[in-house]
Amino acid sequence: MITVKELTKRYAHNTAVDHISFDIEKGQIVGFLGPNGAGKTTTMRMLTCFLPPTAGSATVAGFDVLEEPMEVKKRIGYLPETPPLYPEMRTGEYLQFVGSLKGLRKPELAKRVDYVCERCAVADVRDKLISKLSKGYRQRVGLAQAIIHNPDVLILDEPTAGLDPKQINETRDLIKSLAGDHTIILSTHILPEVEQTCEQVIIINKGKLIATDSVNNLQSRARGAESVLVEVGSRNGDIDSAAIQTRLEKVSGVSKVVFKEKRQARNVFEVESGRGRLVRGDLARAVVEAGWDLNELRPSAMSLEEVFLQLTGQPDAAPKEQLAAKGASK
Amino acid sequence: MRNVWIIWRKELRSYFVSPVAYLLLAMFAVIFGFFFWNILGYFVFTSMESQMRGEMFPMNLNEQVIRPLLSNVGVVGLFFIPMITMRLFAEEKRMGTIELLATSPIRDGEIILGKWLAALTLYSGLLLLTALNFVFLFRYGNPDWKPLAIGYLGLFLQAGALLAIGMFISTLTKNQIIAGATTFGVCLLLWVLEWVGGYETATWATVLSYMSVVTHIGSFSKGLLDSKDVVYYVTLIFLGIFFTARSLESLRWRS
Repeated sequence: MITVKELTKRYAHNTAVDHISFDIEKGQIVGFLGPNGAGKTTTMRMLTCFLPPTAGSATVAGFDVLEEPMEVKKRIGYLPETPPLYPEMRTGEYLQFVGSLKGLRKPELAKRVDYVCERCAVADVRDKLISKLSKGYRQRVGLAQAIIHNPDVLILDEPTAGLDPKQINETRDLIKSLAGDHTIILSTHILPEVEQTCEQVIIINKGKLIATDSVNNLQSRARGAESVLVEVGSRNGDIDSAAIQTRLEKVSGVSKVVFKEKRQARNVFEVESGRGRLVRGDLARAVVEAGWDLNELRPSAMSLEEVFLQLTGQPDAAPKEQLAAKGASK
Repeated sequence: MRNVWIIWRKELRSYFVSPVAYLLLAMFAVIFGFFFWNILGYFVFTSMESQMRGEMFPMNLNEQVIRPLLSNVGVVGLFFIPMITMRLFAEEKRMGTIELLATSPIRDGEIILGKWLAALTLYSGLLLLTALNFVFLFRYGNPDWKPLAIGYLGLFLQAGALLAIGMFISTLTKNQIIAGATTFGVCLLLWVLEWVGGYETATWATVLSYMSVVTHIGSFSKGLLDSKDVVYYVTLIFLGIFFTARSLESLRWRS
């Protein structure tokens, strides 16, 4: 559906997007992931024909963005970072205006407006001024205008930015429900969002493509072995964490035990084992037989966050913000 | 053409859902009403005076009422045009809605034409309001309608030119106030350039005063349709629209 080849955007003093290539198949939801300033918005703007690329090419639904922008624009629904709303219009007439801009004619236009109002749950604010709408409603009206002409491709730039957790969930569900009919690219710097909504992920950083793969593959690719988180405590006093560590290391199949942290009288370890070795039962037995309490035992799937950090190789700049964002979104 | 109409309708609506259009219409009506009352009062006064002295000055409504009134409308228009054009593109840029327009299957030219025509329509509304006053002249006197019509044509062309320039200035900034103030400055300059011709006869002075909008409105208010003046305004309109298109295009390459 979308083919991007060596796409580049240079400004006077910097290169925002640097020779990016990827393919997106029909009907997929693709997460476009990268820290702020990575070039996500610039890439999206080139795909929507808002910005012309400096070099390289991009085709959407078989039409080149430079050669046949009109054809591309007809097939694309775009929600920029701030929804492009006219505050002095009412929701219904705004959608009607956008629909007619996209080339819809009278009888069909009314039908589509009804449909997107229903679909994006904005029917109850149809006669309200957009300036009076809450942020969540504005975002949904933004989504409604993006799908009004039933485009093949939906491009959403940070669709959940600035929403509260409930609204974020609603928006994600809405996006997921749209996936059947449209090919969707959504950009975000919030990793859990990609894990929850997308099938494919494209990671870019500083304008360069870092990885493009399915979410599942990426997770297992970065994770060489299984790893389990073990929390050991005791009711009678403190126990030496070194003693626990040596005990855990003796369990067969365990390749590495890392002491993570001490929470009051409880010690947390991360236990790695070879792929396919089921060590959880043995670990539990070992702890209990030693007379300690097993407070927690769970497989620690490597989150995309760690994958991302591994791939982009910037341990300090990005994660802080992303961890904060993750906390906020949960 | 359909797209031009869609944009035109949207622009005109946004003038009329906000107080902007009503405010402009009301102020224009009041100011013009004052001029009309004032000039007509003076006309009546001088005609009474000449009658009392027994002199029979040739009194002429066209020359003594309509002509000064029309040039006043032109000047008042200079103050109103920035208020009409300042939001055209600056607001779209500030609200991010320019991205919606630019990613819709609609040509830049259609956006520009729609916006310019909407501004011109609003200004025509203002002119129409002033025309109401002239109805009284026709009711109680018998002025010639042809010079009046030509005068209005001149005002219409002048507005078209200044609105196109204002629209271009509006593409340069996100800030409406800056767009409005700059447009006002440019309009004022295009008005006062004519003064240079008053004392200087060198070529540069002739050129400068030729560039002034007032130089060209003069013949229209006299009721003369001079192709040279029509060409001047039409050129300005084309320049304004052309530069707006170029500026919109460069926005994409820069932003």
